[in-house]
Amino acid sequence: MVEEMYSNSQTITATIPKAEVADLHFYYGSFHALKNINMVVPEKQVTALIGPSGCGKTTFLRCFNRMHDLYPGNRYQGAIWLDSDTNILSRKVDPIEVRMRISMVFQKPNPFPKSIYENVAYGLRVRGENNRQVIAEKVETALTNAALWDEVKDRLKDSAYNLSGGQQQRLCIARALVADPEIILFDEPTSALDPIATASIEELISTLKQKVTILIVTHSMQQAARFSDYTAFMYLGELVEFGSTKEVFAQPAKKQTKDYISGRIG
Amino acid sequence: MAQRSFKLVRKKKLSSKVVRELREKVIELILFLAAFSSVATTMAILYILITESILFFQQVPLIDFLTDTRWTPLFRDRHYGIISLLSGTLVTSGVALLVAIPAGTIAAIYLSEFASSRVREIIKPALELLAAIPTVVYGYFALLFVTPWLQTIFPKLPGFNMLSAGLVMGLMIIPFISSISEDAMRAVPVGLREGSYAMGATKLQTALKVVFPAAISGISSSYILGTSRAVGETMIVAVSAGLRPNLTWNPFEQAATITAYIVQVSLGDLPHGTLEYQTIFAAGLTLVLMTLMLNIIGHFLAKKYREIY
Repeated sequence: MVEEMYSNSQTITATIPKAEVADLHFYYGSFHALKNINMVVPEKQVTALIGPSGCGKTTFLRCFNRMHDLYPGNRYQGAIWLDSDTNILSRKVDPIEVRMRISMVFQKPNPFPKSIYENVAYGLRVRGENNRQVIAEKVETALTNAALWDEVKDRLKDSAYNLSGGQQQRLCIARALVADPEIILFDEPTSALDPIATASIEELISTLKQKVTILIVTHSMQQAARFSDYTAFMYLGELVEFGSTKEVFAQPAKKQTKDYISGRIG
Repeated sequence: MAQRSFKLVRKKKLSSKVVRELREKVIELILFLAAFSSVATTMAILYILITESILFFQQVPLIDFLTDTRWTPLFRDRHYGIISLLSGTLVTSGVALLVAIPAGTIAAIYLSEFASSRVREIIKPALELLAAIPTVVYGYFALLFVTPWLQTIFPKLPGFNMLSAGLVMGLMIIPFISSISEDAMRAVPVGLREGSYAMGATKLQTALKVVFPAAISGISSSYILGTSRAVGETMIVAVSAGLRPNLTWNPFEQAATITAYIVQVSLGDLPHGTLEYQTIFAAGLTLVLMTLMLNIIGHFLAKKYREIY
């Protein structure tokens, strides 16, 4: 099974894996939501998770920063190895430390009811950073990297809610970037945005991969095809196919993948 | 035959529409009266307070009312300085809010952010039961239990004192603050909490830095409601803080509040139309203006610090 999956793409072995998912199962109470998932997340590449609604792609994404820990009755089984040495899902690992290294951008822009500046600074403040100089520098860098600095530099004290939807989402990306995470998880970051804002976020994600590993859930196959390097297709809680985006889209190995890509399921 | 029945149906339709419109008008009128009755009551109370107070202020200059330091309308040497009643109201309310605001806020944060749903289902009704206890019971609790207990710590504490009344009044107000604040915090969207947790924030950081500021509008209105309750509370202070007007800011002394004075005088048999009788309207008007002012301030504060999410 595993070999079959990897055989599709010789290139994966050529890049360094940032994270390796091994025999991952996930349960919402008694519901078996993820079934035996094995894959790698290559470092400083964009990996897209695609599949029809309810296939478990968001559930899978939220395993990487232990978001499921926030709600009772959820259970992980298996491992996600970060840098081949730490199992993120281990009970001994503090989920807060995981989230400090792996940040997340949500489906709906969710800036805090604070100023633009404080939204970005939040990630530093929760880490106990008090040096104003350091915070100011890192906020500027993060906003620059999120392609938002020029638009907001004169109104950093304004409420984040005065920004447009696309700007709010870029602010959330800046917030996720500010503490130099190793992986950023994107959960359908453009589904609440108009086409122009979507295009700017996509462009941004493509440039971010030089600095950070990206795992993105997307509804849009075109989006996955446009800027991801690797694509994982999930169906009914299982990972059906994983490989380089080119290969998965050009010559899918599985019939389910082919059906989904050609629009027959989903 | 077919035509006749058709006509009948039409006729019936027309009449039913008239009936329905009439019925809706009647219902609308009943609903309006229900809503209007509370407005009318407020208006009537204000009208009575103001007309009686005008009579009062025709005999007692406003400047005396505001600056005189003694309140002795029932004695031979009459003084009408509301400030000596106001100090009692402010001190007892101050003590009460020093208890109720921190305790109520902490309880709300615990219930909304930390407690499991099972714990919340037990604690929340228990806390709300505090609000259901008659205030006269609180008054005797303060007089017969809290004061003797405080006297073991402060032996010089008099039997009637504002400290004990304020502390117990604070207990009474906790559920008003915690309940409304908790509702406000639970109404904060899950997305904001998740955004905070995803940044590596702890539960406490999320509660204090994201959820609390996001809910500040509802929380501040709970504080205003708590303050209004404290200022207007009667039985607890009348029973346990004493009935002697006393211009002091020291909670260890006894002093009458505005409400305690009003209840004391209302219970006596003062003839209508006398100046003594009119004092309670002047005192009542002061109380109403105070709570009105608090509500207006609260409204503007809530508007200013409102966080849209």
